[in-house]
Amino acid sequence: MRPFNYSKAGDPATAVNLVSANPGAKFLGGGTNLVDLMKEDVMHPSELVDITRLKHADIEKTATGVAIGATATNALTANHELIRKNYPLLSMAILAGASVQIRNMATNGGNLNQRTRCTYFYDVNMPCNKREPGSGCGALKGINRNHAIFGWSEKCVAVYPSDMAVALAALDAVVHVEGKNNAKRTIEFADFHRLPGDTPEKDNNLKQGELITSIELPTNDFAERSYYLKIRERSSYAFALVSVAAALSLEGNQIKQVRIALGGVAHKPWRASVAEKWLTGKEATEANFRAAAEAELKNARPLEHNKFKVAMAKKAITRALQGAMQGGVYGLEG
Amino acid sequence: MSETGKPISRIDGRLKVTGQATYAAEFNQPNMAYAFPVRATIAKGRITSIDDAATKKEPGVISVISYKNALKLKPLDMQAQAKAGAAFLGENLPPLQDNKVHYPGQFIAVVVAESYEQARTAAYKLKVRYAVEKAATDLKAELPNSKKPTKLMGEEAQVNGGKAATPLATSAHRVENTYSTPVEHHHPMEPHATVAVWEAADKLTLYDTTQGVGLTGAIAAYFFGLQQENVRVIAPFVGGGFGSKGLWLHTLLVAMAAKTAGRPVKLALTRQMMQTNVGHRAATIQRVALGTDTAGTLKAIRHHTDTYTNLTEFFEPSGKQSLVLYKAPLREVTYNVAKLNRGTPTFMRAPGETPGTFALESAMDEMAYQLKMDPVAFRIANHTTKDPMKGHDFSSEFLVDCYRIGAEKFGWSARSMEPRQKRNGNYLVGYGMATATYPGGRSAASVKVSMTAKGDVTVMTASIDIGTGTYTVLAQTAADALGVPVERIQVKIGDSRLPAAPLAGGSQTTASIHPAAMEACVLLRKELAALAIADPSSKLHGRKPDEIGYADGKLVLNGDEKKTDAYADIISRAKRAEVEACATTLPVSGAGLTVPSALCTPREIPAEQNSDSKHYAFHSFGAQFAEVWVDEDLGTIRVKRFTSVQDVGRIMNEKTARSQIIGGVIFGIGAALMEATEYDKRWGSPVVRTLADYHVPVNLDVPPIDVHFIGKADPHISPIGARGIGEIGITGVAAAIANAVFNATGKRLRDLPLTPDKLV
Repeated sequence: MRPFNYSKAGDPATAVNLVSANPGAKFLGGGTNLVDLMKEDVMHPSELVDITRLKHADIEKTATGVAIGATATNALTANHELIRKNYPLLSMAILAGASVQIRNMATNGGNLNQRTRCTYFYDVNMPCNKREPGSGCGALKGINRNHAIFGWSEKCVAVYPSDMAVALAALDAVVHVEGKNNAKRTIEFADFHRLPGDTPEKDNNLKQGELITSIELPTNDFAERSYYLKIRERSSYAFALVSVAAALSLEGNQIKQVRIALGGVAHKPWRASVAEKWLTGKEATEANFRAAAEAELKNARPLEHNKFKVAMAKKAITRALQGAMQGGVYGLEG
Repeated sequence: MSETGKPISRIDGRLKVTGQATYAAEFNQPNMAYAFPVRATIAKGRITSIDDAATKKEPGVISVISYKNALKLKPLDMQAQAKAGAAFLGENLPPLQDNKVHYPGQFIAVVVAESYEQARTAAYKLKVRYAVEKAATDLKAELPNSKKPTKLMGEEAQVNGGKAATPLATSAHRVENTYSTPVEHHHPMEPHATVAVWEAADKLTLYDTTQGVGLTGAIAAYFFGLQQENVRVIAPFVGGGFGSKGLWLHTLLVAMAAKTAGRPVKLALTRQMMQTNVGHRAATIQRVALGTDTAGTLKAIRHHTDTYTNLTEFFEPSGKQSLVLYKAPLREVTYNVAKLNRGTPTFMRAPGETPGTFALESAMDEMAYQLKMDPVAFRIANHTTKDPMKGHDFSSEFLVDCYRIGAEKFGWSARSMEPRQKRNGNYLVGYGMATATYPGGRSAASVKVSMTAKGDVTVMTASIDIGTGTYTVLAQTAADALGVPVERIQVKIGDSRLPAAPLAGGSQTTASIHPAAMEACVLLRKELAALAIADPSSKLHGRKPDEIGYADGKLVLNGDEKKTDAYADIISRAKRAEVEACATTLPVSGAGLTVPSALCTPREIPAEQNSDSKHYAFHSFGAQFAEVWVDEDLGTIRVKRFTSVQDVGRIMNEKTARSQIIGGVIFGIGAALMEATEYDKRWGSPVVRTLADYHVPVNLDVPPIDVHFIGKADPHISPIGARGIGEIGITGVAAAIANAVFNATGKRLRDLPLTPDKLV
């Protein structure tokens, strides 16, 4: 790890000012990913501003939904009554991620800012446009079993690792951020993370120094029918090969609204809008779920080693929607 | 009542769970500096320049060592090394002696600094240039250039080459398939670490996480040109090894760094280094053919392995079990070994049998299906009571009992032979089984036992407890051999100054050191008896030694329980601080894994009870049964329960023995379902680099594991009757699981690990 300056911010403005003033500065939340990256010499910020003391750890009702504080831990969020009751999908997704120890440390803001686990990104001796723009993508023609099947570019085929973010994408979350001079703005979740394009070094649309203060979840009627399905190589502490956040509301057996987001398939949580459109207004049957999944995966562009993800994602979408239909207590995840 | 066999908890358990057990990296020294190695970023070539200007400018840097300025070590010389007990170097590449690079990750420099962080940061700044040469990075591509080695750990490597073709061609039933296994890494919980202290110019102490203090000492002595007795290796606690803690280059590297810096130096490897620098299990491609007559009697077994090696003579011996199991009259076992520019393959828990039983026992299941025979019945029908190659009787063998007990405990009769018959919601349920086997080895060992005037006992030997229970079972053996409670016995191991013992490998520790421990106790009692007989104030005064027995911390006159003399009284009256005795036992089969050193009193054991490999074949056997639930849509496989029945000779401690088998089965579940290190062919480097990518089972992946022991002492391996138990638990596990997956789904998976992508 290279030497860096460290300070603890007592208020958001101080934190934002410090990080805005120094392009080499980063906010430090739980540090579960950033510190790891620093040890491996992947990232070497010159300054860390510890924001864990900021008063952004509350989870509370708002006029239009629930706001989750950016510095609340993943564990606290997943187990919070407001979340469990109103957004069980988010609880399920968070609890499917990482390990108990990591969830106890990791913050919600940090979760949205975590970096890909692409091994070519992590190994500083490999080419990686995300780590070192212009050096090439090691994974494109390398071992890309864990990589993207949607939205990748020649510059980058990495996937976004978060489970929480997949649920947030499905739930149409809104990210509240604060910049310099108290400049506050909101970012729709779909616009928060980016596809790699020509600038894979940018994971998301935050500006240097912009601080996530909270994540707002709009009120919805999905609580009764939602499910997070994660397929991975062991039962815990493994990133998704494919994951699906699915939520439904019905009128009779007709689908009023449906939300589907996929994890492990793209540089950002992938909203399955083709499948959603296909299903809206249709009967909630397994055959329709399958057909919608087929329609979504028609656009998939698998790489050499991850063709299995296409078949897997189709089945996972179907299964997750079935799980949602059964009230999220399906209990049949891989 | 006998202490041996009792399920007592580890006597070192409290120290471990309270953090008081001291591991290698915790032996901090006054004025200690820290080393961080720099690793090669190419697979093959030469270093053309090393620019250390930026590194040297970093705060705290003490020295930067590369081939340019490294201490010259004694060169490799297999004969001289073998003579010095120093042959077993993990990779035959003394560090920093030239500018050549043989694999990605090879240590090419080391930075020494005042703190670990400073050393690591400075190491990042070393600029190295290379002349890159074309590297061999892909096993399949290199097979045309592979060799057929003639020797495998002293035995013939190629057995009956070409001879199975005819019997196979004329067999009524025949199966032939290719099975493959990936690179696996050991990843013990405790990373490799060494603290090196030069006590004098010719005197070195190494606090090292090693499976063999004698071995590490001998190798360090050889390469630094020191007297063996001037190198002391200390390893009281070792957090797992699984074969990866022989001597690897970091131990020599840190001793070189300490010499150059003139200070004690610590070096602890990162997980990433453990993926490249401390060995691995090489990938195998195995082709297995079986032929039977119409009744299902095996006529021939053919087992060919393609694998690779680098910087060692060792290669994965995955044909081993195919020379031991079943009564086939002909077996052909052959190897092709390529050379890759990849870190060095080495021994990993049940080397050979782990990948080998996956192939052979999968093939046995495939044949059982072809014959429409129950897989257990098929194995029993082909059971052998003799070593099929040597013709010797097995020393002690209850494999058929293992099958029968396992089938009963598991509920095998509920299985439908036909696949896809049992469903539970989205899951297909299947049962599978396989045979387990591992050799029963034994090496020379010396053990010293001392007793104080208070009656406290210390048992001493240069053995190692890598988490296996060595401390505990030694105390149990001594307790019985002396008639004192376990609580009065202290065990000292993990120090090369203690009497020589084999390295903790090859499942040999228990079989080797316990006969010596028992003999040392016998000698100690003789010594005490002599003192009592000579002492006019003893109730045993003037008696003959063979009239005297022992019980409850006392010598007792046979036939007169009132005539006793307590050990402590005997020693006190003799005005001795302590009495000690040391015994060496040497099996007929040879010194084995023990580095030769000065012997204690040699103890003769009748050949019949002394591991006579000219007359008996020593093997452990077992039967593994698995139930799996397979979600075909998602490709996920869950092992829902597991039954393991083991014939491993006498059980020294039912609890630690059970833990060994449970650990082996878990290791096998990992190998079956998730463990694999993949490499990028272009650079030859691993793309699996940490414990986040190298998946080992988590709690939820591990079902209830039901373990049973036959528990019958092996009358021929030693007077103790225990064979080793550390490795057999993993063997057969992957096959039992893959066979259960076939029973569940009708899909035969022949390429480990069985990750979800293989099923969807």
